Amino acid sequence: MSLLDVRDLSVVFQRRGERPFTAVDKVSFSVEPGQTVGLVGESGCGKSVTSLAIMGLLPRRGNKVTGEVNFDGADLLKLRPDDMRDRRGRDIGMIFQDPLSSLNPVVPIGTQVAEVLERHRGMDRKAAMKESRELLDAVGIPDPMRRLKEYPHQISGGMRQRALIAIALACKPRLLIADEPTTALDVTIQAQILTLLKQLVDETGTALIMITHDLGVVAGLCDTVNVLYGGKVVERAARHELFARPRHPYTHGLLSSVPRLDSPRGERLHAIRGSVADNIPWVEGCAFAPRCDNVVDACLEGTPPLDPTATGGDLRCNNPVSEEVAVP
Amino acid sequence: MLRVIVRRLLQLVVTLIGLSALVFVWLRNLPGGPIEALLGERATPERRALLVKALGYDQPILVQYAKFMQRLLTGDFGNSIRSGDPVTEVIGRAFPATIELAAAAMIIAIGLGVPLGYLAARHRGRLLDNLSIAGTLLGISIPIFFLGYLLKDVFTQNMHWFPPSGRISTGVDNTDVTGFFVLDGLLTREFDAAGDALWHLILPALTLATIPLAVIVRITRASVLDVLNEDFVRTAEAKGLRHKTIRGRHILRNALLPVVTTIGLQTGALLSGAVLTERVYNWGGLGTLIYNSISGGRDYPVLQALILLAALVFVVVNLLVDLSYAFIDPRVRVR
Repeated sequence: MSLLDVRDLSVVFQRRGERPFTAVDKVSFSVEPGQTVGLVGESGCGKSVTSLAIMGLLPRRGNKVTGEVNFDGADLLKLRPDDMRDRRGRDIGMIFQDPLSSLNPVVPIGTQVAEVLERHRGMDRKAAMKESRELLDAVGIPDPMRRLKEYPHQISGGMRQRALIAIALACKPRLLIADEPTTALDVTIQAQILTLLKQLVDETGTALIMITHDLGVVAGLCDTVNVLYGGKVVERAARHELFARPRHPYTHGLLSSVPRLDSPRGERLHAIRGSVADNIPWVEGCAFAPRCDNVVDACLEGTPPLDPTATGGDLRCNNPVSEEVAVP
Repeated sequence: MLRVIVRRLLQLVVTLIGLSALVFVWLRNLPGGPIEALLGERATPERRALLVKALGYDQPILVQYAKFMQRLLTGDFGNSIRSGDPVTEVIGRAFPATIELAAAAMIIAIGLGVPLGYLAARHRGRLLDNLSIAGTLLGISIPIFFLGYLLKDVFTQNMHWFPPSGRISTGVDNTDVTGFFVLDGLLTREFDAAGDALWHLILPALTLATIPLAVIVRITRASVLDVLNEDFVRTAEAKGLRHKTIRGRHILRNALLPVVTTIGLQTGALLSGAVLTERVYNWGGLGTLIYNSISGGRDYPVLQALILLAALVFVVVNLLVDLSYAFIDPRVRVR
């Protein structure tokens, strides 16, 4: 049985006097124990909202969440808020994008790690601090004893993200959600953090949902990749399959947009034309149609279904990129 | 940290010297004066001249100021013209009453203001929030003397819930230790006296608290709203922490910085509000003393000392507020 099984998850933002906006549209995917699953897409495609919906962290007012989020035999969307509160941080951990703003500026690092242990593992302050020191050590923070008493502004960006990883993994959750964990970091630090995540996930057997727009991150980490566009999954494939034979024009465009060191000098960088705003508000038809090179009449009439492909993935496209077209 | 304190104290000395000169000259140029008050309008010029000379007011104002400063350095503020008692004694008698009143008002303002502001922010846009916005607007705009007489009328004349004036009922035997009647009652275990003093304190303190309370509610609300949008609050939720922990450690601890600043600045409002409040409730504190010293014939020595004292209190409270930042926000400590 899957560890996490998301079924037809939809999130509709509705503010009084405004048209409802569907940020996430019937998204389904599953995560097996120990597996790393990628949610990929550009800004506004619904990937962060999906993760917040799974965690039950969307604002209570102004939105409607439907579908199922089955985790460990229970539908998280049907849990009472207090039961969900018991699970957050214990069964599911989460890492956010900006490590500086995600840490409380007026509370020492040690307390911010220890409070999770006190809450979920019933430790007293002393035991929790001792464990926190070990956790900071495990995520590669030097001199952890000193860091316990330091504040977020006193340590580097990379160390802050390591501290947040320590917090998220403190209770050995079975699922970790990382929402663009490297976006706010220097490139050299990004690699370190990804290596650390991979190592920790392998060691602890924690399943990981990696939310990113960075295909490099996907290539290095994920077993399966879900490509999201306009709140829908448009393509799902095993990592190697996706990189070798991207079928959806959007996925193909994303991969073609990655600059290559071996391309001829002076060659223009490839980009997907238009922007994500072009399809909002879409009414019917494929959300990507306005930007698609492969668009056919059927694309404008209705959203194509997400159908299984011969290679074991899923694809939502009327006129996919042919398998023979090589990825640049 | 020590350097900051020393520098601020030096600034305080300069401020007070400048202010003393200003007040000294300003007071003596006000129409009316102690001579008329003491001798009446029909006093002979000879008697007037005699008194002017006795009080030293015939000398050039610079000389008067120099003498005043000279005595000030030895801690001598002179004697009250009205009563003849040393100014330090006159003020010393009234000081605890005002501090007791102001402290009670501040306790009410902070104790009600912070929770109300927090609740308003958490219920943003709903009934409670709208009530708080309307209520604070009313609280800031209503004149203190009007509210004072209104409360007095309703709760003492009509309902007889509270005593109309004074600090303690006649006939209640209280022992004076610190001059703070409620505290004295507790210290000497005369609980009936403490209770009676507290009973007298409630209405004046409420009256004086309205403006600081309204300001604190507003600032807390705005500040909590800011913090609620911060990423670290979402992190705290993602950790599954209890409401209590998120509220105290993660939201309020960050939201209180602007509130603390406000509390310092409200000291000024409290001091001026005390003059009106004390008049309404016949509360024998500094406010009453200021009023009497002005209306009862420009008691220059007392007025000078009172104004300097008010400035001193204001600056010292704000210094304490600035220093308290370091304890609330670790990012300030580096400087």
